[in-house]
Amino acid sequence: MGGFLFQAFIYLTAAVIAVPIARRLGLGSVLGYLIAGIIIGPVIGLVGTETQDLQHFAEFGVVMMLFVVGLELEPHLLWEMRHRLLGLGGLQVLLTTSAIAGIGILLGYDWRSSLAAGLLLAISSTAIVLQTLNEKALMKSDGGQASFSVLLFQDIAVIPMLALIPLLAIPELMGNIAGQGAAIIAGEQGANTGHATFSLVDGLPSWGVALVTFGSIAAVILGGHYLSRPLFRFIAESKLREMFTAAALLLVIGISLLMTMVGLSPALGTFLAGVVLANSEYRHELESSIDPFKGLLLGLFFITVGAGMNFEVLFGDFGTIISMVLGVIAVKACVLYLLSKIFKLPKPDNLLFTLGLAQAGEFGFVLLSFCTQNYVIDEETGKILLLVVALSMLLTPALFIFYDSVISRISLLGNERDADEIDEKGTVIIAGLGRFGQVVNRMLLAHGTRAVVLDNRADVVDGLKTFGIKGFYGDATRPDLLHSAGLGDAVMIVIAIDDRERSVELVRHARRDNPKIHIIARAFDRLHVYQLYKAGADDIVREMFDSSVRAGKYALLKLGQHPFEVEKAANAFVEHDRDTLRQLASVWQDGVSVFDNPEYVDATKARNKLMDDAMKGLKTELHDSAERGWTPPPKKGRTKG
Amino acid sequence: MKKILVLFAHPAQERSQVNVELAKAAKKLSFVTLVDLYAEYPTGFIDVDLEQKRLLKHDVIIFLHPFYWYSTPPILKLWQDMVLEYGFAYGAEGTKLKNKIFFSTLSAGGPQKAYTDKGYNHFTIRQLLAPLEQTALLCGMKYLPPFVLYSALKAYDKNLIAGHVENWSNVLEALKEERLPIGPACKLETLNEAIYKPSKSNSTQSHSTKRKRA
Repeated sequence: MGGFLFQAFIYLTAAVIAVPIARRLGLGSVLGYLIAGIIIGPVIGLVGTETQDLQHFAEFGVVMMLFVVGLELEPHLLWEMRHRLLGLGGLQVLLTTSAIAGIGILLGYDWRSSLAAGLLLAISSTAIVLQTLNEKALMKSDGGQASFSVLLFQDIAVIPMLALIPLLAIPELMGNIAGQGAAIIAGEQGANTGHATFSLVDGLPSWGVALVTFGSIAAVILGGHYLSRPLFRFIAESKLREMFTAAALLLVIGISLLMTMVGLSPALGTFLAGVVLANSEYRHELESSIDPFKGLLLGLFFITVGAGMNFEVLFGDFGTIISMVLGVIAVKACVLYLLSKIFKLPKPDNLLFTLGLAQAGEFGFVLLSFCTQNYVIDEETGKILLLVVALSMLLTPALFIFYDSVISRISLLGNERDADEIDEKGTVIIAGLGRFGQVVNRMLLAHGTRAVVLDNRADVVDGLKTFGIKGFYGDATRPDLLHSAGLGDAVMIVIAIDDRERSVELVRHARRDNPKIHIIARAFDRLHVYQLYKAGADDIVREMFDSSVRAGKYALLKLGQHPFEVEKAANAFVEHDRDTLRQLASVWQDGVSVFDNPEYVDATKARNKLMDDAMKGLKTELHDSAERGWTPPPKKGRTKG
Repeated sequence: MKKILVLFAHPAQERSQVNVELAKAAKKLSFVTLVDLYAEYPTGFIDVDLEQKRLLKHDVIIFLHPFYWYSTPPILKLWQDMVLEYGFAYGAEGTKLKNKIFFSTLSAGGPQKAYTDKGYNHFTIRQLLAPLEQTALLCGMKYLPPFVLYSALKAYDKNLIAGHVENWSNVLEALKEERLPIGPACKLETLNEAIYKPSKSNSTQSHSTKRKRA
């Protein structure tokens, strides 16, 4: 007990210190966990060999993660993914395996060992990649979806690989290392078979195996569909939160157990269950119940990867190992890049896909131990490959940072696809052709004005072409592009881009380049309005303001107010708000937080009080402005009509 | 049976004591179409086609409004500017409104005596409405004098509104049944007199004759 508490204390301390620091530094939580692991493992030696066992336990976090991913993926979305799943995923595994196996054979290794190494290195890290994609909100992007397809295929592919590896056994190795290190291997074997002590399919004929296997999958799908609802309702009615948590855990563990008993991947099983439950009304409850376990187990898993690094072997042959790591990453990246071309992933998503999946993964550990145990790979090579897998995982967050800070930035600068040649100059330029810019453009077109329209999303520009709207691809904040769009002698520029800082930059640039130009700018909020005003914009439009006022008008109408009264009230509100904006703008200071600006705070309070009073029906300036006009004279005075 | 279109315009209805009541009363009658112009066009963009179609479906057109600065609220002027198009309401081909009856029903703040050449308003209401009268004549319509409530600001305190609403309903009924003698009514200062006239013994009769144009 004391030992367990001590261990838990060390792991948790390392995580609690390292992860927030890593996130603050923009490194992401995965790298934080890995570093925490390295520190408590090989660096200061607080934890020892038990990390291996912990790692197998922590791998369950991957299973939970796939359950949660499944919950967020509705069945029809999965169906839409089928081409990518089989095409991208299948080709990735096939090509990477062949390439690595080929290199292994060329380097003089046995073909069987080379093939096995190819297989185990072809698998990427579901844990790291999905965690990072979620954290960076890239999951929904094209690159994120493609990455997910490949990862899912790999997780499924592990099962046939486990069946294949024993067939690759090298007879010479068997004699040499029989019995050697069997204890470790036995422990590791437990991981991929989920510690199952018996199997449902052992000793069955092949048709029986197929029957049981499909039966189990059908049980998961049908059970998820028909049984889960009454079960969860029954549990929910107990009004005990922990019972729901227990039920959610039971579900995941139960499915994992069933899957391992029939020889399928637990990750695949729980993923399927997640997809089946994605339409359920208990989806969010399930997700929030599983999430903390998933997060902690994954964290623990990453720590054990870091802690399990064998520094002796690493520094014993540092050069070779590092070049192998870089070699593996390079080979995998090349294959992925090729596939991104074949499957026409847009830029810069293709590079996210290329760099994101270039590492080896946690299933690599499993396959590796399985290989050494089955005499496919010798002990020494095994130790080196273990380091290669771990180090490539360790480098993944770095590749993501590289993607973030260099590639996505470069692509925003428009270097991916050359900016279109602008063949017309206009008196009006519209920067940004999203929902905002499109409306402006259509109104101008309706009045016979052809604006030069710029957008930095190639798909948007191409898509609009099909509707007969001509736009130019290119980043509107690039001075040379603006120049060729005719900024120098344009009468007006409408800045409709969806980016706070860049729109301010663009206003500044346009004002500097053409002092006479009229600038209409889209603003996010008040503070953005002040910045745009200071930068030199003439008309500043808060993107949500007018539509919100309209929604307010509908609400008042529904409450039974007379339409013209509603119109007057809305008008008074808009006037008051604009007036407030002007007053606050005069006390706003660039670079000073509004909370540290007492003048701004006081002015805001005063304006809010005015609004509050008006809402309470007290007579105020705001009330007056809505109520003036068509007011009868006082009873005793002279009348006007 | 005549069909009646009442174009109601009051830009501050929560403060209205008279006109809203008149509108409500009109709305109850099956042969009357009541259009609240400020409700239909709160932003002031009038649907000309719709308004012209409405005109075609009715025989009597009435403006119902308070008397603002000796005229109608602005939306009624806008309505005229937009709806009474050349070729529809006037011009060689513009005969769509011919022989329809037109008049205003209005509430005035000032007392009746203010609306005389000696009073502080110097003109009668009918005189002040001359633009409407001429507009109607140009469109070939039969123009009737306005149906008026004087001293409208005091009407509520003096409990005069219910009686006025009843008279208004009577006017509408009479128009529908063509009981109102159009020829003589054309010459009156206000339409109210046409309603009071039949009962010669009525005390209001002497009152109303005094109001007759000199």
